[in-house]
Amino acid sequence: MNYLDNFILIALPYLALAVFLIGTIYRYTNRKFQFSSLSSEFLEGRRLFYGSVPFHWGILFVFCGHLLAFAVPKAVLAWNSQPVRLLILEITGFIFAISMLVGLINLIIRRYTTARLKPVSNIMDLVVYILLLLQTIAGLWIAYNFRWGSSWFSTILTPYLYSIFKLQPDTSAVILLPWVVKLHIATAFIIIGIIPFSRLVHMLVLPLNYLWRPYQQVMWYWNRKKVRSSQTPWSLQRPKNT
Amino acid sequence: MDVRSQIAMVFHLDKCIGCHTCSIACKNIWTDRKGAEYMWWNNVETKPGTGYPTKWEDQDIYKGGWEKKNGKINLKGAGKRRGLVNIFYNPNLPVIDDYYEPFTYKYLDLIESPEGDDQPTARPVSLVTGKPIDIKMGPNWDDDLGGTPDYARNDPNMKNISPEEQEVMFQLEKMAFFYLPRICNHCLNPACVASCPSGAIYKRGEDGIVLINQQVCRAWRMCVTACPYKKSYYNWYTGKSEKCILCYPRIEAGLAPACMHSCVGRIRYLGVLLYDASKIEQAASVDEKDLVKSQLDIILDPFDENVIRAAKENGIADSTIHAAQFSPVYKFVKKWGLALPLHPEFRTLPMLFYVPPLLPVMATVKKVDNKEQSDKMHPAAKKWNDNWLYDTSTEELWGSLDQIRFPLKYIASLFSAGDEEMIKDKWKKLMAVRIHRRRVTVGDVSNEKAEEVLRDAGIDAETADAIYALTSLPKFEERFVIPAAHREQAIEMMDFTGDTKGDTGFGIKSQVKRGI
Ligand code: HEM
Ligand code: SF4
Ligand code: SF4
Repeated sequence: MNYLDNFILIALPYLALAVFLIGTIYRYTNRKFQFSSLSSEFLEGRRLFYGSVPFHWGILFVFCGHLLAFAVPKAVLAWNSQPVRLLILEITGFIFAISMLVGLINLIIRRYTTARLKPVSNIMDLVVYILLLLQTIAGLWIAYNFRWGSSWFSTILTPYLYSIFKLQPDTSAVILLPWVVKLHIATAFIIIGIIPFSRLVHMLVLPLNYLWRPYQQVMWYWNRKKVRSSQTPWSLQRPKNT
Repeated sequence: MDVRSQIAMVFHLDKCIGCHTCSIACKNIWTDRKGAEYMWWNNVETKPGTGYPTKWEDQDIYKGGWEKKNGKINLKGAGKRRGLVNIFYNPNLPVIDDYYEPFTYKYLDLIESPEGDDQPTARPVSLVTGKPIDIKMGPNWDDDLGGTPDYARNDPNMKNISPEEQEVMFQLEKMAFFYLPRICNHCLNPACVASCPSGAIYKRGEDGIVLINQQVCRAWRMCVTACPYKKSYYNWYTGKSEKCILCYPRIEAGLAPACMHSCVGRIRYLGVLLYDASKIEQAASVDEKDLVKSQLDIILDPFDENVIRAAKENGIADSTIHAAQFSPVYKFVKKWGLALPLHPEFRTLPMLFYVPPLLPVMATVKKVDNKEQSDKMHPAAKKWNDNWLYDTSTEELWGSLDQIRFPLKYIASLFSAGDEEMIKDKWKKLMAVRIHRRRVTVGDVSNEKAEEVLRDAGIDAETADAIYALTSLPKFEERFVIPAAHREQAIEMMDFTGDTKGDTGFGIKSQVKRGI
């Protein structure tokens, strides 16, 4: 069992993070054309609503919850120090996770019962669906059976994750957790590892700069204030929209 | 004054014969690929008709373009707030059935079917699924008013036309239609650019061509909603949006775009317009009735000393300024005031202008009382119920514009945001040119009458001759005045050579692999 634990809790995280980093950087620099959400709404635009919307809002909330417990564990613990607030946090998290599960199931059914989606589905989509499904169900299972996750995540998992990032993995506490939690950890890292090979890259290019860029974009191939001057042989300014 | 140059276009609708050569030229070069089969960057619609995609002009359905609220313009169906909130599911996205499901036929079955009692047939198969389909719609399903009455009668421009007027339009022997060829308008205030969350769409400063960077497009599919002309298309296979590129590789090489080069009716003109970019937003934000005027007002006179100086300060090459002075578009749009933008009320300031068609006006319809006549007839004949006189006699040919068989309102709803006077003004000029030329060539119109018509239209004989010459006799180089692209200044417009050393070929080199 120890070998497996070591693999899941030490080797797999490093492997996944390395693959993720190298893979996404390579794909972003060399295969930029393949960065896309691969929307299939054009081919099936009705049932997608019942899948994509609950799924994405669900995962966004749940993901941010995990991120908070990772980034500011003390704040989460302080918030949880009052039972009412703990309950509020846990119940909202659970609801969003259910929404994510429902959405995911709808997405899976939609994709495999719509003839038009077959030509735009690949093996990687299936892998992503299975992993996400596994991850969501495991997460819900943990939230229901091993309460209260938001608190013990902050005390057990956050130090463990920190130790991973500090390159001094310390598994003494996590190793005692039930196997479902370990499964949840393992799947999380596998999902991180497959990001560069799947459509999941789309979440890395969330277009937030849209919020502050001007609506209209005009691009010149040369510096127009200088191009007519004989001092400028040609422009070395490169167009910015790449 | 912030002078920029724009490659703009004029389509002379009286000359379009509806042959679709333009569409085919474009398809063969650019969209004959998987995922793009359904796209017609250039398409030719019969008007009245519902168009492609079906009823694209109805922004209550598609939510395209800009809308003015509290004095400010905002994207109707996309934009910073709506676009990001709806990013997981775009409620206003047209889907494949709004265009049509692309198909082909199993031609091989005609040859390879085993011998039998029946004739072999080539069954239609979907180009998306590969499975046999029942074709429900195709490109130009309603060409020449074909198909069921559903098409023409559901034209969104019919909204303001009374049932009686519609009745006249669709009486068989009075029916009139014209063709409306459409490509991307390469707008000055493009909604597609404004709607793209990842900033993949941009307007080229040098010539104003609007392009989608395929490397940056992430399939957030907002531009498809935002373009009111539905000229940004989603490629369902590559997961990228695509649009008309105005054949920029051809333009950079001094050639006319393929659709224009191949145009059989020679209806297409292309040339440079200089405009004042600092006034774009202001021009797009005025009241609906002033939109056409404000759009034409930001187009600058290329002979004006101040304009030329400001253009040079902005790095516009002499050759481009020269091209602007000889631009056929400038003549049609500004000098003669003959061409109008399509649906100016969408507020994108389109740079493709149309000379409104005079053809449907060439005969008149009068309401007459046929009761006495029809009472005498056999009851079955009465079904004809003909209370309209269709008149093409010479005297009436130039007759009153108010009696035309094609409601002015309809044309006004297309080209002037409902301003009928504006259309009348163009028609008067077009008619005056014809009457004047008839006096010159046939001679059966009196000098008096011709002079009177010219005066009424506000043009002189010289201008009428010039309009006639550029309409009927133009040579290739008069229709397309394309400035040098000055690639030498940009090293290479497509790519930065430093990045692409060793690469050969043109376009996107990476492939997508999809499908199981
Ligand atoms: C960061 C913000 C995110 C944005 C803006 C976003 C946006 C999108 C969009 C536009 C689509 C295409 C939907 C369509 O077919 O039209 C999509 C699909 C998808 N996204 Fe996201 N996404 C985000 C985060 C995530 C995350 C965190 C995950 C999971 C780890 C995820 C998993 C998926 C999956 C599995 C699909 C495919 C849905 C299907 O077609 O069955 N997304 N996303
Ligand atoms: S016509 Fe549509 S796609 Fe073309 S520039 Fe205008 S808004 Fe963009
Ligand atoms: S090729 Fe010219 S004449 Fe023929 S349909 Fe196209 S625009 Fe009209």
